[in-house]
Amino acid sequence: MQFEATVEVQLKAGIADPQGSTIENATLKLGFNGIENVRVGKSIRFAITADDEVKAKEIIQDLCDKFLTNPVIENATIHLQGVE
Amino acid sequence: MSPTIGVIVFPGSNCEQDALEAVTSLGAKSKLIWHDSFDLGSADAVIIPGGFAHGDYLRPGAIARFSPAMESVFAFARSGRPVLGICNGFQVLTEAGLLPGALQKNSGLKFLCKPVNLTVRTTNSVLTSQTVKGDGLRIPVNHFEGNYTCTEETLEELQDEDRILLTYEDNPNGSMGDIAGICNAERNVVGLMPHPERACHPLLGSTDGQPLLKSFIESSEL
Repeated sequence: MQFEATVEVQLKAGIADPQGSTIENATLKLGFNGIENVRVGKSIRFAITADDEVKAKEIIQDLCDKFLTNPVIENATIHLQGVE
Repeated sequence: MSPTIGVIVFPGSNCEQDALEAVTSLGAKSKLIWHDSFDLGSADAVIIPGGFAHGDYLRPGAIARFSPAMESVFAFARSGRPVLGICNGFQVLTEAGLLPGALQKNSGLKFLCKPVNLTVRTTNSVLTSQTVKGDGLRIPVNHFEGNYTCTEETLEELQDEDRILLTYEDNPNGSMGDIAGICNAERNVVGLMPHPERACHPLLGSTDGQPLLKSFIESSEL
Protein backbone atom coordinates (compact mmCIF):
# COMPACT_ATOMS: atom_id res chain seq x y z
CA MET A 1 0.00 0.00 0.00
CA GLN A 2 1.15 3.50 -0.67
CA PHE A 3 0.73 6.34 1.79
CA GLU A 4 1.39 10.01 1.76
CA ALA A 5 3.32 10.97 4.84
CA THR A 6 3.89 14.32 6.46
CA VAL A 7 6.38 14.54 9.29
CA GLU A 8 6.17 17.70 11.34
CA VAL A 9 9.37 18.45 13.20
CA GLN A 10 9.12 20.82 16.16
CA LEU A 11 11.56 21.94 18.81
CA LYS A 12 10.79 20.30 22.13
CA ALA A 13 8.97 22.34 24.74
CA GLY A 14 11.49 24.27 26.79
CA ILE A 15 14.07 24.48 23.98
CA ALA A 16 14.61 28.13 23.08
CA ASP A 17 13.41 29.02 19.59
CA PRO A 18 15.19 32.19 18.38
CA GLN A 19 13.27 32.15 15.07
CA GLY A 20 9.95 31.85 16.87
CA SER A 21 10.67 34.70 19.25
CA THR A 22 11.92 36.93 16.42
CA ILE A 23 8.70 36.32 14.47
CA GLU A 24 6.66 36.94 17.61
CA ASN A 25 8.37 40.28 18.16
CA ALA A 26 7.76 41.22 14.55
CA THR A 27 4.02 40.48 14.79
CA LEU A 28 3.74 43.08 17.53
CA LYS A 29 5.70 45.66 15.54
CA LEU A 30 3.41 45.03 12.57
CA GLY A 31 0.39 45.75 14.75
CA PHE A 32 -0.90 42.18 15.14
CA ASN A 33 -1.87 41.92 18.77
CA GLY A 34 -2.58 38.82 20.81
CA ILE A 35 -0.14 36.50 19.04
CA GLU A 36 2.07 34.45 21.36
CA ASN A 37 4.00 31.19 21.73
CA VAL A 38 5.29 31.30 18.15
CA ARG A 39 7.34 28.18 17.36
CA VAL A 40 9.02 27.42 14.05
CA GLY A 41 9.40 23.86 12.81
CA LYS A 42 9.63 22.05 9.53
CA SER A 43 7.36 19.87 7.50
CA ILE A 44 8.77 16.96 5.52
CA ARG A 45 6.48 15.25 3.01
CA PHE A 46 7.05 12.02 1.13
CA ALA A 47 5.36 8.93 -0.28
CA ILE A 48 5.94 5.57 1.37
CA THR A 49 5.03 2.04 0.35
CA ALA A 50 4.46 -0.46 3.17
CA ASP A 51 2.29 -3.51 3.97
CA ASP A 52 -0.16 -1.50 6.06
CA GLU A 53 -0.56 1.69 8.06
CA VAL A 54 0.93 0.25 11.24
CA LYS A 55 4.05 -0.89 9.40
CA ALA A 56 4.36 2.46 7.59
CA LYS A 57 4.18 4.33 10.91
CA GLU A 58 6.79 2.02 12.41
CA ILE A 59 9.21 2.67 9.54
CA ILE A 60 8.68 6.43 9.69
CA GLN A 61 9.13 6.51 13.46
CA ASP A 62 12.45 4.72 13.03
CA LEU A 63 13.41 7.19 10.27
CA CYS A 64 12.54 10.10 12.57
CA ASP A 65 14.57 8.70 15.46
CA LYS A 66 17.64 8.01 13.33
CA PHE A 67 17.62 10.84 10.83
CA LEU A 68 14.76 13.31 10.45
CA THR A 69 14.94 14.68 13.99
CA ASN A 70 17.64 15.37 16.52
CA PRO A 71 16.06 13.77 19.60
CA VAL A 72 18.09 16.06 21.88
CA ILE A 73 16.10 19.11 20.78
CA GLU A 74 13.28 18.00 18.46
CA ASN A 75 10.02 16.02 18.40
CA ALA A 76 8.21 14.62 15.39
CA THR A 77 4.52 14.19 14.66
CA ILE A 78 3.65 11.75 11.89
CA HIS A 79 0.57 12.15 9.67
CA LEU A 80 -0.34 9.39 7.22
CA GLN A 81 -2.90 9.26 4.48
CA GLY A 82 -3.64 6.23 2.28
CA VAL A 83 -3.41 6.80 -1.46
CA GLU A 84 -6.21 5.25 -3.55
CA MET B 1 58.40 11.09 14.07
CA SER B 2 55.79 13.74 13.62
CA PRO B 3 52.21 12.45 13.71
CA THR B 4 49.83 12.55 10.76
CA ILE B 5 46.61 14.47 11.22
CA GLY B 6 43.80 13.39 8.88
CA VAL B 7 41.32 16.12 7.94
CA ILE B 8 37.95 14.80 6.74
CA VAL B 9 36.49 16.65 3.77
CA PHE B 10 32.75 16.56 3.07
CA PRO B 11 31.04 18.22 0.12
CA GLY B 12 30.62 21.72 1.54
CA SER B 13 33.51 21.68 4.01
CA ASN B 14 35.44 24.92 3.66
CA CYS B 15 38.02 25.08 6.46
CA GLU B 16 39.98 21.94 5.59
CA GLN B 17 42.92 23.85 4.05
CA ASP B 18 43.13 26.16 7.07
CA ALA B 19 43.23 23.16 9.40
CA LEU B 20 45.82 21.44 7.22
CA GLU B 21 47.98 24.56 7.05
CA ALA B 22 47.74 25.20 10.79
CA VAL B 23 48.75 21.72 11.93
CA THR B 24 51.52 21.57 9.31
CA SER B 25 52.88 24.90 10.54
CA LEU B 26 53.03 23.35 14.01
CA GLY B 27 55.15 20.45 12.82
CA ALA B 28 52.60 17.72 12.11
CA LYS B 29 52.07 15.92 8.84
CA SER B 30 48.58 16.20 7.48
CA LYS B 31 46.38 14.85 4.75
CA LEU B 32 42.89 15.36 3.48
CA ILE B 33 40.49 12.40 3.62
CA TRP B 34 37.46 12.44 1.30
CA HIS B 35 34.28 11.59 3.23
CA ASP B 36 33.37 8.77 0.86
CA SER B 37 36.28 6.63 2.02
CA PHE B 38 36.26 4.17 4.93
CA ASP B 39 40.05 4.34 4.97
CA LEU B 40 41.60 6.82 7.40
CA GLY B 41 45.01 5.63 6.22
CA SER B 42 47.88 6.32 8.55
CA ALA B 43 46.14 9.11 10.46
CA ASP B 44 47.14 9.32 14.13
CA ALA B 45 44.39 11.85 14.84
CA VAL B 46 41.41 13.19 12.94
CA ILE B 47 40.03 16.70 12.50
CA ILE B 48 36.51 17.32 11.23
CA PRO B 49 36.77 20.86 9.87
CA GLY B 50 34.36 23.74 9.61
CA GLY B 51 32.07 24.52 6.73
CA PHE B 52 28.65 23.39 5.61
CA ALA B 53 28.93 19.64 5.14
CA HIS B 54 26.26 18.47 2.70
CA GLY B 55 24.92 22.01 2.64
CA ASP B 56 23.80 21.70 6.27
CA TYR B 57 20.60 20.28 4.77
CA LEU B 58 18.06 19.00 7.30
CA ARG B 59 20.34 20.05 10.20
CA PRO B 60 24.08 20.82 10.34
CA GLY B 61 25.85 17.47 10.52
CA ALA B 62 22.67 15.40 10.07
CA ILE B 63 23.74 13.95 6.70
CA ALA B 64 27.51 14.10 7.23
CA ARG B 65 27.29 11.72 10.17
CA PHE B 66 26.26 8.92 7.79
CA SER B 67 29.27 9.38 5.47
CA PRO B 68 31.51 6.27 5.21
CA ALA B 69 34.46 8.13 6.75
CA MET B 70 32.35 8.82 9.84
CA GLU B 71 31.87 5.11 10.40
CA SER B 72 35.65 4.79 10.56
CA VAL B 73 35.91 7.91 12.75
CA PHE B 74 33.49 6.21 15.13
CA ALA B 75 35.73 3.17 15.52
CA PHE B 76 38.82 5.42 15.65
CA ALA B 77 37.29 7.46 18.49
CA ARG B 78 36.18 4.34 20.35
CA SER B 79 39.75 3.03 20.22
CA GLY B 80 40.84 6.13 22.14
CA ARG B 81 42.48 8.05 19.28
CA PRO B 82 42.11 11.87 19.28
CA VAL B 83 39.23 13.37 17.28
CA LEU B 84 38.64 17.12 17.01
CA GLY B 85 35.53 18.74 15.56
CA ILE B 86 35.79 22.43 14.79
CA CYS B 87 32.58 24.45 14.22
CA ASN B 88 30.65 22.35 11.66
CA GLY B 89 32.84 19.46 12.81
CA PHE B 90 31.50 19.96 16.37
CA GLN B 91 27.97 19.85 14.94
CA VAL B 92 28.81 16.61 13.10
CA LEU B 93 30.19 15.03 16.31
CA THR B 94 27.04 15.88 18.30
CA GLU B 95 24.80 14.54 15.51
CA ALA B 96 26.90 11.37 15.44
CA GLY B 97 26.42 10.97 19.19
CA LEU B 98 30.18 11.12 19.84
CA LEU B 99 29.58 14.26 21.90
CA PRO B 100 26.42 15.04 23.91
CA GLY B 101 23.98 17.87 23.27
CA ALA B 102 23.17 19.79 20.11
CA LEU B 103 23.99 23.10 18.44
CA GLN B 104 21.00 25.31 17.88
CA LYS B 105 20.54 28.56 15.99
CA ASN B 106 22.25 31.47 17.74
CA SER B 107 20.00 33.38 20.11
CA GLY B 108 19.42 36.71 18.37
CA LEU B 109 19.53 34.92 15.00
CA LYS B 110 22.75 36.60 13.97
CA PHE B 111 25.42 34.92 11.91
CA LEU B 112 28.51 35.59 14.00
CA CYS B 113 31.91 36.19 12.46
CA LYS B 114 34.27 37.84 14.93
CA PRO B 115 37.05 37.17 17.42
CA VAL B 116 35.80 36.20 20.88
CA ASN B 117 37.47 35.80 24.25
CA LEU B 118 37.51 32.31 25.69
CA THR B 119 38.52 30.97 29.09
CA VAL B 120 40.28 27.63 29.53
CA ARG B 121 38.25 25.59 32.07
CA THR B 122 40.31 22.42 32.18
CA THR B 123 43.63 21.21 30.84
CA ASN B 124 42.52 17.59 31.04
CA SER B 125 41.74 16.89 27.36
CA VAL B 126 43.46 16.28 24.04
CA LEU B 127 42.75 19.90 23.10
CA THR B 128 43.80 21.77 26.22
CA SER B 129 46.68 19.81 27.75
CA GLN B 130 49.20 22.51 26.77
CA THR B 131 47.12 25.41 28.04
CA VAL B 132 46.81 26.87 31.50
CA LYS B 133 43.53 26.64 33.40
CA GLY B 134 41.92 30.06 33.68
CA ASP B 135 43.90 31.49 30.77
CA GLY B 136 42.16 33.70 28.24
CA LEU B 137 42.34 32.92 24.52
CA ARG B 138 41.23 35.19 21.69
CA ILE B 139 39.96 33.08 18.79
CA PRO B 140 37.43 33.81 16.03
CA VAL B 141 33.96 32.29 15.75
CA ASN B 142 32.13 32.00 12.44
CA HIS B 143 28.72 30.36 12.77
CA PHE B 144 24.94 30.63 12.71
CA GLU B 145 24.22 27.52 14.73
CA GLY B 146 26.61 27.53 17.66
CA ASN B 147 24.16 27.82 20.52
CA TYR B 148 25.10 24.79 22.63
CA THR B 149 21.99 23.12 24.02
CA CYS B 150 21.58 20.04 26.17
CA THR B 151 19.42 18.69 28.99
CA GLU B 152 20.00 19.92 32.56
CA GLU B 153 21.27 16.43 33.41
CA THR B 154 23.84 16.52 30.60
CA LEU B 155 24.99 19.98 31.66
CA GLU B 156 25.43 18.76 35.24
CA GLU B 157 27.33 15.74 34.00
CA LEU B 158 29.63 17.92 31.89
CA GLN B 159 30.27 20.18 34.89
CA ASP B 160 30.75 17.37 37.41
CA GLU B 161 33.09 15.44 35.13
CA ASP B 162 35.15 18.54 34.23
CA ARG B 163 34.29 18.12 30.55
CA ILE B 164 33.69 21.78 29.68
CA LEU B 165 36.99 22.76 28.06
CA LEU B 166 36.36 26.34 26.99
CA THR B 167 33.74 28.93 27.85
CA TYR B 168 32.89 32.29 26.28
CA GLU B 169 33.82 35.31 28.34
CA ASP B 170 30.91 37.24 26.81
CA ASN B 171 28.44 34.64 25.52
CA PRO B 172 27.77 35.56 21.87
CA ASN B 173 25.24 32.89 20.88
CA GLY B 174 23.17 31.85 23.90
CA SER B 175 25.07 28.62 24.63
CA MET B 176 24.09 26.92 27.89
CA GLY B 177 26.74 27.41 30.56
CA ASP B 178 28.63 29.74 28.14
CA ILE B 179 29.98 26.54 26.58
CA ALA B 180 32.35 26.97 23.62
CA GLY B 181 33.93 23.50 23.69
CA ILE B 182 33.48 20.13 25.40
CA CYS B 183 34.94 16.63 25.40
CA ASN B 184 33.55 13.10 25.76
CA ALA B 185 33.84 11.05 28.96
CA GLU B 186 37.08 9.45 27.72
CA ARG B 187 38.45 12.96 26.92
CA ASN B 188 39.76 11.98 23.45
CA VAL B 189 36.87 13.39 21.41
CA VAL B 190 36.63 17.18 21.54
CA GLY B 191 34.44 19.74 19.84
CA LEU B 192 34.42 23.52 19.83
CA MET B 193 32.69 26.27 17.86
CA PRO B 194 35.63 28.74 17.70
CA HIS B 195 38.29 28.23 15.01
CA PRO B 196 41.77 27.68 16.53
CA GLU B 197 43.16 27.03 13.02
CA ARG B 198 42.38 30.65 12.16
CA ALA B 199 44.43 31.93 15.09
CA CYS B 200 47.80 30.32 14.44
CA HIS B 201 49.79 33.14 12.87
CA PRO B 202 50.48 36.73 13.95
CA LEU B 203 49.26 37.90 10.54
CA LEU B 204 45.83 36.54 11.42
CA GLY B 205 45.65 38.72 14.51
CA SER B 206 46.12 35.99 17.10
CA THR B 207 48.25 32.95 17.80
CA ASP B 208 46.02 31.76 20.65
CA GLY B 209 44.90 28.76 18.61
CA GLN B 210 48.41 27.34 18.71
CA PRO B 211 48.40 25.89 22.25
CA LEU B 212 45.12 24.12 21.44
CA LEU B 213 46.35 22.56 18.21
CA LYS B 214 49.74 21.82 19.77
CA SER B 215 47.93 19.93 22.53
CA PHE B 216 45.99 18.01 19.92
CA ILE B 217 49.11 17.16 17.89
CA GLU B 218 51.02 16.09 20.98
CA SER B 219 48.16 13.86 22.15
CA SER B 220 48.22 12.10 18.78
CA GLU B 221 51.86 11.16 19.32
CA LEU B 222 51.10 9.13 22.41
